[in-house]
Amino acid sequence: MSPPTAAARVAMSSALTVTGAAVAEPMAPQKAVIRNVDFFYDKFRALKNVSLPLHDKRVTAFIGPSGCGKSTLLRVLNRIYELYPGQRATGEVLVDGENILAPGLDLNLLRAKIGMVFQKPTPFPMSIYDNIAFGIRLYDKVSRSVLDDRVESALRRAAIWDEVKDKLRQSGLGLSGGQQQRLCIARAVAVEPEILLLDEPASALDPLSTQRIEELIAELKSDYCIAIVTHNMQQAARSSDYTAFMYLGELIEFDETERMFTAPKQKQTEDYITGRFG
Amino acid sequence: MDIYTRRRIANSTVMSLSVLATAFGVLWLVLVLWTLLENGIAAITPALFSEMTPPPGSTGGLLNAIFGSVVMTLIATLVGTPTGVLAGTFLAEYSRGSRFGEVVRFINDILLSAPSIIVGLFVYELMVVRMGHFSAWAGAMALAIIVVPVVVRTTEDMLNLVPNALREAAAALGSPKWKVIVMVSYRAAIQGMVTGVMLAVARIAGETAPLLFTALNNQFWSVDLNAPMANLPVVIFQFAMSPYADWQVLAWGGALLITITVLFLNIGARILTSWSAFKQ
Repeated sequence: MSPPTAAARVAMSSALTVTGAAVAEPMAPQKAVIRNVDFFYDKFRALKNVSLPLHDKRVTAFIGPSGCGKSTLLRVLNRIYELYPGQRATGEVLVDGENILAPGLDLNLLRAKIGMVFQKPTPFPMSIYDNIAFGIRLYDKVSRSVLDDRVESALRRAAIWDEVKDKLRQSGLGLSGGQQQRLCIARAVAVEPEILLLDEPASALDPLSTQRIEELIAELKSDYCIAIVTHNMQQAARSSDYTAFMYLGELIEFDETERMFTAPKQKQTEDYITGRFG
Repeated sequence: MDIYTRRRIANSTVMSLSVLATAFGVLWLVLVLWTLLENGIAAITPALFSEMTPPPGSTGGLLNAIFGSVVMTLIATLVGTPTGVLAGTFLAEYSRGSRFGEVVRFINDILLSAPSIIVGLFVYELMVVRMGHFSAWAGAMALAIIVVPVVVRTTEDMLNLVPNALREAAAALGSPKWKVIVMVSYRAAIQGMVTGVMLAVARIAGETAPLLFTALNNQFWSVDLNAPMANLPVVIFQFAMSPYADWQVLAWGGALLITITVLFLNIGARILTSWSAFKQ
């Protein structure tokens, strides 16, 4: 995508004023800017005028009680909601200055650029190798040896190579839950996206697998803009740089994680973080 | 009586009823199979597979009928399977929640339960009357019409069992919809879809009424698809109703043959799908 235009930069700064969040210097560049986004499941308004930036090479965590719209917001960012009739989003999401909610955009290209990992591991019913190669083959015609290399490097990046290197031809369905989830992360990074969306990636996993996923997120951060939805407050505190607290479809507060967890500005945020509700 | 005793009694009562109902169903199946085996086994001779259907009083086999059944079942499956799979795919993947999809689904369900004799009469009017004679083509077409709704239904049902999360995951990689369907949905549903086709084959393998009006029968060896063709169900129908003992034996043999074929087709399909699932 093209570098941000002047107009987009203005848009980004105004997005910040909308949220009222003051982000300390030095600021990581903004990869995406969500501006005045509303979302509708038919008539139900699930997101209400949400605006915030996503910083490049940083992790932004979305927290909030169930049904607050955090997963919905994530699903807006790659427009996966468009698989279902009756769901629609309004507003703007600028990625490198380009509005990805604009009509006429090639959704497949968009999704190749913005990867997503889901709550439940979703290995495809094919071999471990083919799970990874699936996404690569979609957009790149590569030779067998290049494909082999890219599959290996994706599996290495997702910290699962050592566990699967001897059984690449076996079904991905035969792996444990934690392995399956790392396989899905490998599959997402194999396409070389720019933004990685993680929708409660560890909520179905045991503590040890969760830890591995968190370590993985910390490593992947150096290359991607990462947005993660989580129900786990500690996880948000541990693994994110920025945190957004959402409630009933509204963005209540957005700030650096450290400040958010030590000195939240909003009473609601404090109540949620300290476990008084939600 | 305390609540736990009551629950225990209710539990064992329902359990016993379930077992009885199962036993009732299985009993008839076993009796049918046993009768079939007892009467049919004598007819399973080399001659059954090498000689034509005989006139009464002389010896013969069922070769022409076996050939006809195989050919017409094959053509019907080749025509009906792609049609059914594509229509089922449309219903499950493309028409969710649409009015048109609902109408198609409803009509398909009616077709699914339509008496096969109606299908036979329909093809008789459509093809036999216009062509002026019975033919294997008409027989295959009637069978294909029976195959389609079965395959449509099972394909749709099996695709509906594929979790949406899997489709989302594939779409989230930037995969176009047709690729999501072919590479992911079909792979996840293949076992059930193959089973659906096998069910359809099993169903048409024994269908008599549609063939009676279309392919009719042929006493002789014929590979001409434009002419009447012998087939097992109609031969069984004709021979079983006859007063001749040797014809009746052949009818039993044919019935046993169909049953065994369907059994092996099913076993084969199971092995094939579990093997391919394992290999993946």
